[in-house]
Amino acid sequence: MDPIHQFQIKNFFTFGKIGAAEIAFTNSALFMLIALAVITWLMIGATASRALVPGRMQSIAEISYEFVANTLRSSAGSEGMKFFPLVFSLFMFILAVNVIGLIPYTFTVTSHIIVTASLALLVFTIVIVYGFWKNGLRFFKLFAPSGIPIYLMPLIVLIEVMSFLSRPLSHSLRLFANMLAGHITLKVFAGFITMLGAFGFFGWLGAIVPFALVVAVTALEFLVAFLQAYVFAILTCIYLNDAIHPGH
Amino acid sequence: MADDARDKADRDQATADEAALSARLRDLGERLGRHHPDRPSDGEPGQRPSADASAMARGFRLSTELVAGVLAGAGIGWLLDRWLGSSPLGMIVFLLLGFVAGVLNVMRSAGVIPTNTPARPKD
Repeated sequence: MDPIHQFQIKNFFTFGKIGAAEIAFTNSALFMLIALAVITWLMIGATASRALVPGRMQSIAEISYEFVANTLRSSAGSEGMKFFPLVFSLFMFILAVNVIGLIPYTFTVTSHIIVTASLALLVFTIVIVYGFWKNGLRFFKLFAPSGIPIYLMPLIVLIEVMSFLSRPLSHSLRLFANMLAGHITLKVFAGFITMLGAFGFFGWLGAIVPFALVVAVTALEFLVAFLQAYVFAILTCIYLNDAIHPGH
Repeated sequence: MADDARDKADRDQATADEAALSARLRDLGERLGRHHPDRPSDGEPGQRPSADASAMARGFRLSTELVAGVLAGAGIGWLLDRWLGSSPLGMIVFLLLGFVAGVLNVMRSAGVIPTNTPARPKD
């Protein structure tokens, strides 16, 4: 009945210790591996036949490639295609993990902020490192828009830096909050059904309302699972575009 | 001296790799462009696509932008106060700046103001 219980991390076995911290194989790690297996099967197994007229699974693999490639090309230009492996991996991983989490009795990896934060920090670090490697000090133009009066410059630069630093936060918070809120909503509404059921026949009759809501929210959650993976990918593209072309 | 030369060689190697990769990508783009005439083969990154597939996602996006700005400001202010012992000045200043940055983020992602400068120098 506890709506938070589904997010509990369970240790299956322990590899060892680093300092005081245990390194354990958890249910989170298990579901990451399952997602990885699903993606690998989809990308390697389903395209193995290399049919000219693709079958069902091969179509899915091809559509997902086209989709991510078009997203990346339209927001970061063809120069951004260098980062296609990164963006595609992020998109497929988040999508797989989100959708697997919607199956009952599974665990949603992205409902833990440590996972989404590390993904967002990966993107953030790549943007900074690639930005400096490619543009050198011109990367700082990102923080100093042209056409600003000189006496406003210090304030504007400070605000732009803050805005830049808040990126990994909003990037990770969005995915985490969406998944967490959606799964809690589902659990709470489902809890209402059994609670009303305790009142006998009329209780069960009244439980039709939360049941309908659970069905509707489940459908919505499938949309959100896809949408959040897409938003994460497109924001990655936009941030990468800043690293490739700073100062505009 | 030798180190400099090696550095330079490394950098040349890196730019050569970069150029080769770009050439391969362009080649692939041209070949794909023949198959998909509707797709521009060398696209200038045009209008930023709005990531608003649904209104709810958009609302969520805007609210997290604001929250993230304020949180970043609070975090930086708190750290500065801890290091410099300037409590509570750092928190006050950076919380306000964070709020400003959050509003800027929201306006940017809503497309109210263009991202960074309107006047784009050709380079």
